[in-house]
Amino acid sequence: MPQTKTTPSRFPAEPPLLRRPRAVIVGASSGIGAALAARLAAEGYRVAVLARNKARLSALCEDINRAHGEARAAAYTHDVTDLKAIPALFQRLVKDLGGMDLFVYCAGVTVPVKIDEFDTHKDQQMLQTNLAGALAWLGCAAALFQGAGRGQLVGISSVAGDRGRVLNPAYNASKAGLDAYLEGLRNRLTRRGVHVLTVKPGFVDTDQLKGSPRTFGVISPEKAADGIWKALRARQQLVYVPWFWRYIMLVIRLVPSFIFRRLSF
Amino acid sequence: MNPDPSLSLQSFSGLENFGHSLRSSAWLHQPEQAGELPALFKLARQQGLSIALRGSGRSYGDAALNSGQIVLDLRRLKRVLAWDPARGRITVEPGVTIEDLWNYVLADGWWPPVVPGTMFPTIGGCLSANIHGKNNWVAGPIGEHVLEFSALLPNGRRVTCTPRKNGGLFRAMIGGLGMLGVFTSITLQLKPIESGRLEVNAWAEPNLEAMLAAIDAHKDCDYVVGWVDCTAGGRALGRGQIHTARYLHAAQDPQAEASLRVDAQVLPARMFGLVPRGWLPKLMAPFMNNLSVWAVNTAKYLASRTISHHKTYRQSLIEFNFLLDYIPGWERSYGRDGLIQYQSFIPKVRAAEAFAEILRLCQKAGLPSYLGVLKRHRPDPFLLTHALDGYSLALDFKVTPANRARLSALAAELDEVVLAAGGRLYFVKDSTLRAGSAKRFLGRRAVAEFKKLKTKTDPHNLLQSDLYRRWFD
Repeated sequence: MPQTKTTPSRFPAEPPLLRRPRAVIVGASSGIGAALAARLAAEGYRVAVLARNKARLSALCEDINRAHGEARAAAYTHDVTDLKAIPALFQRLVKDLGGMDLFVYCAGVTVPVKIDEFDTHKDQQMLQTNLAGALAWLGCAAALFQGAGRGQLVGISSVAGDRGRVLNPAYNASKAGLDAYLEGLRNRLTRRGVHVLTVKPGFVDTDQLKGSPRTFGVISPEKAADGIWKALRARQQLVYVPWFWRYIMLVIRLVPSFIFRRLSF
Repeated sequence: MNPDPSLSLQSFSGLENFGHSLRSSAWLHQPEQAGELPALFKLARQQGLSIALRGSGRSYGDAALNSGQIVLDLRRLKRVLAWDPARGRITVEPGVTIEDLWNYVLADGWWPPVVPGTMFPTIGGCLSANIHGKNNWVAGPIGEHVLEFSALLPNGRRVTCTPRKNGGLFRAMIGGLGMLGVFTSITLQLKPIESGRLEVNAWAEPNLEAMLAAIDAHKDCDYVVGWVDCTAGGRALGRGQIHTARYLHAAQDPQAEASLRVDAQVLPARMFGLVPRGWLPKLMAPFMNNLSVWAVNTAKYLASRTISHHKTYRQSLIEFNFLLDYIPGWERSYGRDGLIQYQSFIPKVRAAEAFAEILRLCQKAGLPSYLGVLKRHRPDPFLLTHALDGYSLALDFKVTPANRARLSALAAELDEVVLAAGGRLYFVKDSTLRAGSAKRFLGRRAVAEFKKLKTKTDPHNLLQSDLYRRWFD
């Protein structure tokens, strides 16, 4: 049992007629997660942001709360590879927020590997954060939304999940796994009134992009957050940000294996 | 019986208020018997969560919501524990509804002394909200007809309260929103009746002052209620129709005996002899806008002036009392975002002025109430009472995504009118007030006394609801 003491909620009680929707973003200390937190707060949400980096999270919350002159964001320090901690933390978030309307899994790491390198430790790092943590969190949120008969789930996957490539097979596998999981959730939950959105960013100017070779069409995290917000509002199933990646990936998915094997990206 | 309850993710459920305007979710448990309650209290304490008690979910506000925490739906505790048809005393579990109750006792010549406008609330819920009916002046709230109740307190104690024994707790738990303990059995004194029908009088009054005067003049009737056309302005402000009703003696009603049978108490299957009742919410929905409501109210008022002016007729008890049940799911006619109700209580001498101001403010804001109901009230001895010697005006407002902010701003304006007139709000119905409002509307002393009692009965503050946190924190 995690706690025996009732801790007061971090958000003040509000008149129910003006209840703000509630969002949780896992992996929000930087990049798309941080930009989405700011955007959702601006759209009227109360947001709980989770990440390992306490200092960055606190700064993000302070910025958001100062901008709106009221408590709209609260920080929770958490490492997604600590799977055992997730159910209790999830329950606490539900309590502190007073429910949940939107859940976003945004945590992701790319650990660069050389083109001929095989490193179990690096692969596991990516698998743990990008897939195992995602399943643990999204599973909790899915069960909750299924019971409630409403809610929106967002998984930040990647265009990298569309094909296995020479550069980073484990990263591709983690994102392809996440895609399949999200699709499964969508097929289970649409009939329960729950919306599941798969987001496939291309190159976004984040920590994760640093050191990536040959980038083009890089967009800011704010631009990515804008695309995600619009897809959420339109209840789209799958969104590429920026939009043109839909067509790039369409072509890439059509490349036959005998050619793809000879390519070096 | 489930001896070891847990919080399964699947038990998380979407819940709403009566008007479908507030959406909330919580871990929902439905105990089968009162014996499960201690284990549920223990679970909540271990998990650091609070518990709200819920019956049929007929509260207009957030009294039975506990967002993100635990809600106990007590509707399965619905046994009738004892019935004495000679004296009209019944002992029930809290999940028994008003409908169950009258079905059980009618044939023996008894009727619930106080009923709300719908028969679906549970008795536990009715006590927690200390509900009133169209007979508040003569009969008081339901709490005045409670002979005794037993309750399980979160501190582990079981108590039995009557007006004399544990009287302080008796007067605090009734109207106490389920924040002090859980009723486990409730004994009510019912009202003897000789006929299952009432004699009803209806007539129109041209303005608010005439309405108030008519209600006051007829306050000693068994029932008196006023419908207000909230769309009329100017000299017709507050015009409407009065209904009074009185019980019939056997000698006055040739059908007296037959009307005491449950199957004689039916609501008409069709409205105006034409439309099946189940269709109505959908048929009404397109007309729930300011213009159509103005037209319907005007037509209804004109009809009440002419066709049904000073008409006397007989109605079954349920036809007269449970107007809201005429149209099953009537709340749905307000559309996806539902409705809220705003019910203010104003002392007699200030009522005309305050209600006129309230009606004018609603019209000025472009948010006329689609249904206004006037009733006469008197004080009662309960700790968190909203009752006073005066009148109440209950206003139903349609909620839309676009008008939430305007509606809240309007409610805040109305609050000031109510406070300035020395009035009160029925906080069980409130959906708009911000944190810490209890002291303003219930008085510092009552709130302090309530909190003191709560510290005793519920030292770990296990019983909470969205409404409680909002009003009392």
